Amino acid sequence: MTMLHTVNKSPFERNALDSCISLAKAGSSILLTEDGVVGAMQGTSHSKKIEEAMANISFYVLGPDLKARGLSESNVVNGVKVVDYSGFVDLAADHESVQSWL
Amino acid sequence: MKFGILVNEGPYTHQASDSAYKFAKAAIDKGHEVFRVFFYHDGVNNGTALAVPPQDDRHIPNQWSELAKQHNVDLVLCVAAAQRRGMLDEDEAKRNGKSANNVAEGFRISGLGQLIEAGIQADRLVVFGD
Amino acid sequence: MEDGDQVVKKFMYMNRKAPYGTIYALESLEVVLIAAAFDQDVSLVFADDGVYQLMKGQDTDDIGMKNFSPTYSALGDYDIKKIYIEKESLEERGLTLADLQELKYEDEDDDWAEKDSIHLVTRAELADVIDAQDVVFSF
Repeated sequence: MTMLHTVNKSPFERNALDSCISLAKAGSSILLTEDGVVGAMQGTSHSKKIEEAMANISFYVLGPDLKARGLSESNVVNGVKVVDYSGFVDLAADHESVQSWL
Repeated sequence: MKFGILVNEGPYTHQASDSAYKFAKAAIDKGHEVFRVFFYHDGVNNGTALAVPPQDDRHIPNQWSELAKQHNVDLVLCVAAAQRRGMLDEDEAKRNGKSANNVAEGFRISGLGQLIEAGIQADRLVVFGD
Repeated sequence: MEDGDQVVKKFMYMNRKAPYGTIYALESLEVVLIAAAFDQDVSLVFADDGVYQLMKGQDTDDIGMKNFSPTYSALGDYDIKKIYIEKESLEERGLTLADLQELKYEDEDDDWAEKDSIHLVTRAELADVIDAQDVVFSF
């Protein structure tokens, strides 16, 4: 099965991204939303987590949440795809189930 | 595709309700069905008829009411969570001897079974919370 | 997924938060108890701070809140017998299974023998459990 995981917590504040990465199976996808989008940025002390996990997991970040926070799409970790709400819906539909890491 | 949505946080404090609304709208715009939005925990406060946000801010309860009206979305407030937090429709107010009710148009109060049923009937259940 | 006319889905309840600081643990348990009536294939997961929900010896007298921890021991009566606890989460917190409540169910297919509902699983094993679910509830 392929699962879409969503993470809405900053990795600087909570461990949701860590837990999600360590429990997501190869071939699944992780979408970062709300405060979780800061986890997608390159050059932070957490960037490495995504860079390493990307070998097995596809990463997405919600563009509207980046933009709202003044974070530039061009500064996300290489290989993280930016999607809008419509893309979020597509991801939910294209995976067999959705887990939110609240 | 049939979507069910769970909202665990109230309006304004947390982005969950806004994100859920944007998701629901996008899904409907793409031709999907949002068959039920279930409000749990403080999420029941999204159903208040008494919110008066500033003019230049979005009106979250009204946004949901409009969505329900336009697209026939079933908005359900969990009865147990709603009673704890003082969200009462006319029947619940009467039953509990309260003088007022405060559930906005398009929302209804029902049991947790509606959430489980959403999980069973929807092709995807998407959770928004803290 | 089909069981006669009745759809049976794999429902998982993911518990990652400690009790009392927020209401999520209690209201999650309330959903689980209601859900039991729907005859779905239910699993509960306790990981990260969620493992604190099952601590023995909870006493809430002095904080003025209801101690709902005894309710977990009733899960077996509701036919909920797949309770997964992540080993690494316990270890990170200096805990072992002995710090947690024992949860049992009576196996109707084995002369009502009392059996453990708790499955201690590694992170890798838990990843497989999660991946097999149809619906994941998180609160």
